[in-house]
Amino acid sequence: MAHTKDQYYVPHGSHWPIVGSVGLFLTMIGASSMLNGSATGKFFLIVGIGVLMVMVFGWFGVVIRESVAGYYNSQVDKSFRMGMLWFILSEVMFFAAFFGALFYARQYSIPWIGGEGNNFFTNLLLWQGYESTWPTNGPAEVGGDYEAMPPMGLPAINTAILLTSGITITIAHHALKDMNRRILSLGLLATWLLGFLFVGLQAYEYMHAYEAMNLTLGSGIYGSTFYMLTGFHGLHVTLGATMLLVIWLRVLKGHFTPENHFAFEAVAWYWHFVDVVWLGLYIFVYWL
Amino acid sequence: MSTETLTHDEHHDHGPESGLKRWLFTTNHKDIGTLYLLFSLLMFFVGGAMAMVIRAELFQPGLQFVDPAFYNQMTTMHALIMIFGAVMPAFVGLANWMLPMMVGAPDMALPRMNNWSFWILPFAFTLLLSTLFMPGGAPAGGWTMYPPLVLQLGDAFPFLIFSVHLMGASSIMGAINIIVTIMNMRAPGMSLLKMPLFPWTWLITAYLLIAVMPVLAGAVTMLLTDQFFGTSFFTASGGGDPVMFQHIFWFFGHPEVYIMILPAFGIISEVIPTFARKKLFGYEAMVYATASIAFLSFIVWAHHMFTVGMPLSGQLFFMISTMLIAVPTGVKVFNWVATMWRGAMTFETPMLFALAFLFLFTIGGFSGLMLAIVPADLQYHDSYFVVAHFHYVLVPGAIFSIMCAVYYWLPKWTGHMYNETLGKWHFWLSTIFVNVTFFPQHFLGLAGMPRRIPDYSTQFADFNWISSVGAFGFGLSQLLFVYIIFSCIRGGQKATDRVWEGSHGLEWTLPSPAPYHSFETAPEIR
Repeated sequence: MAHTKDQYYVPHGSHWPIVGSVGLFLTMIGASSMLNGSATGKFFLIVGIGVLMVMVFGWFGVVIRESVAGYYNSQVDKSFRMGMLWFILSEVMFFAAFFGALFYARQYSIPWIGGEGNNFFTNLLLWQGYESTWPTNGPAEVGGDYEAMPPMGLPAINTAILLTSGITITIAHHALKDMNRRILSLGLLATWLLGFLFVGLQAYEYMHAYEAMNLTLGSGIYGSTFYMLTGFHGLHVTLGATMLLVIWLRVLKGHFTPENHFAFEAVAWYWHFVDVVWLGLYIFVYWL
Repeated sequence: MSTETLTHDEHHDHGPESGLKRWLFTTNHKDIGTLYLLFSLLMFFVGGAMAMVIRAELFQPGLQFVDPAFYNQMTTMHALIMIFGAVMPAFVGLANWMLPMMVGAPDMALPRMNNWSFWILPFAFTLLLSTLFMPGGAPAGGWTMYPPLVLQLGDAFPFLIFSVHLMGASSIMGAINIIVTIMNMRAPGMSLLKMPLFPWTWLITAYLLIAVMPVLAGAVTMLLTDQFFGTSFFTASGGGDPVMFQHIFWFFGHPEVYIMILPAFGIISEVIPTFARKKLFGYEAMVYATASIAFLSFIVWAHHMFTVGMPLSGQLFFMISTMLIAVPTGVKVFNWVATMWRGAMTFETPMLFALAFLFLFTIGGFSGLMLAIVPADLQYHDSYFVVAHFHYVLVPGAIFSIMCAVYYWLPKWTGHMYNETLGKWHFWLSTIFVNVTFFPQHFLGLAGMPRRIPDYSTQFADFNWISSVGAFGFGLSQLLFVYIIFSCIRGGQKATDRVWEGSHGLEWTLPSPAPYHSFETAPEIR
């Protein structure tokens, strides 16, 4: 399509958004039906996820081709950057809701059940004998005896892995700016390998917790906050590592220049965001 | 090839596509704005029909038409549909249509995502509305989805949760697009403090959306895992707390209230100067007042929960922070009044709606101030006084501002003037009936009638039939609105480019109807 550099690129109509909407619709119908115990739910879920995958490949494919063809001037580039930053902020707020739940439980609900402040009778009449403590699975000891996850060992190793991956991606970024493509691709390779290694170790930690420690999603408020926070983080790491993998493949194909590499930076920002969330998790979920 | 021929090509292959493809695949801000506005109008009538069921049931004491379980579904669904389906999409639609034209941009910054943020909505509402036909019925525990009540829902439960997720995703994408358009696409020379008020209020609203919609997503996700995966977020026996949901929900919920009113402030700030033929009084103060309201909206949420119990220090903090909001809101109201002072005023339909907004929104604001007082709130809580309060800020507030905007910009969109006589009829019918509907509800609430109950003590009968008559009248009047809009689309007196004698701003420098692409070359800003 004919286009001038000094004009803001406004694309033609695109069928990918409506494909994405249909994919989301089928996925949600499938997931809901499965949760309601319907046998057909799984079918809708699989088809829906399949449609979403096709959409992701198709939509990003178009954008990458347009980018390589040089349709995007600096103003378009800036729109993408701003869009990515505000998207990351929305992700931060999503995690904030779960951190909020953790802090609220530890600061308010558990001490109140334990009789703190003017809640003496709450404790006496409803939860007699319960003493406020952390970690806890509540006065009814929901889920039975369990072991809390210690901060040392695997979680500490995982922290080191993620922090290292933050360094390797920065090395890759500098290499990209210096046109050193070998270091660039090595740095990215290291980053996504470390990312998937983290996810693998996290999966191992979960299996160990379920089998040997009886620490499950159902282990009261401790199990709930532990798995929901680390679980959503793990999903984000998986997504981030997949994006890194895609960026690495694009680097191997010779994409990106020192001036023009929005996709690389967007993924790098996302990776740092995932990193920072982990530090919060490590401090408040594992350590304190 | 020379630059001229390239630009020329651009014009040719950038017209609208034909038929259904135009609407499904469009990346054009005007098409998407139209889709949003029509969708919102449809949802306004779906939600409105539910309101009619509610008012029919309440016309007389005793149970007349529907069983209580269905009545509860109607109140819950009415709220969800009006908030997420009618008011919010209408404002996003107006933003889509107007922002590029008002800041001198060719289109929205991220056109494909713009399409997606709209086209998620019809699917989300299909999911939500389908719950009406499911075993156990539609959501009936109130739009606030408090546990443990909401966990007693039947098959509708996961559909409710996922439809809320989808609506949130749509809002977040819409908000990102609006922020990026305003921050990156303004014509050269338009500094932020030269920008009209409608983009300003939308910019701040979009920040609110990005900050709180993900929190709602988190809250409903916790509901989902509590229901299906054994977590204990909202169960005291496992160390959680049902009240925790209320805190997280209202951390979203209160900014959400301002998401539905700040763009309205922007519209009123455009319309009043036009018909008073004066510049807006205190432009910068308006910007700062909007930002202050947005900031305060984050630290007032627990005033929705005074009756669930909280420490005295908490009650005091949330009472005082809530009352503080009256200060920047007062700045706005006085500035609008000062704009009209010694203006050469005329009273076309948009101006009438703006003036009604000014009076009636202020009534809703004052009843909000009453509700902020903790000891008074302990009496008013969950009564019809609350219903009257938030309907005064939402119907003659948010919805009147949307109607005001539609009449104000319709000539620019369609190229035709709407029928002024019918417009005035629509205004007077709406304004009279909205007061007949909601004013008596103040008295009902103060006399002790609880909300969300299909039956009531006979002492409340008189005010209830008055309110119901008003509601039916208001509902029927809106059919006139639909007629006026569609007859204006089809034809009518040709509109000039400026449309209004006192109009100001970039959108009025474009022809009427506005061309398919707004500013392909950026305009000069004085």
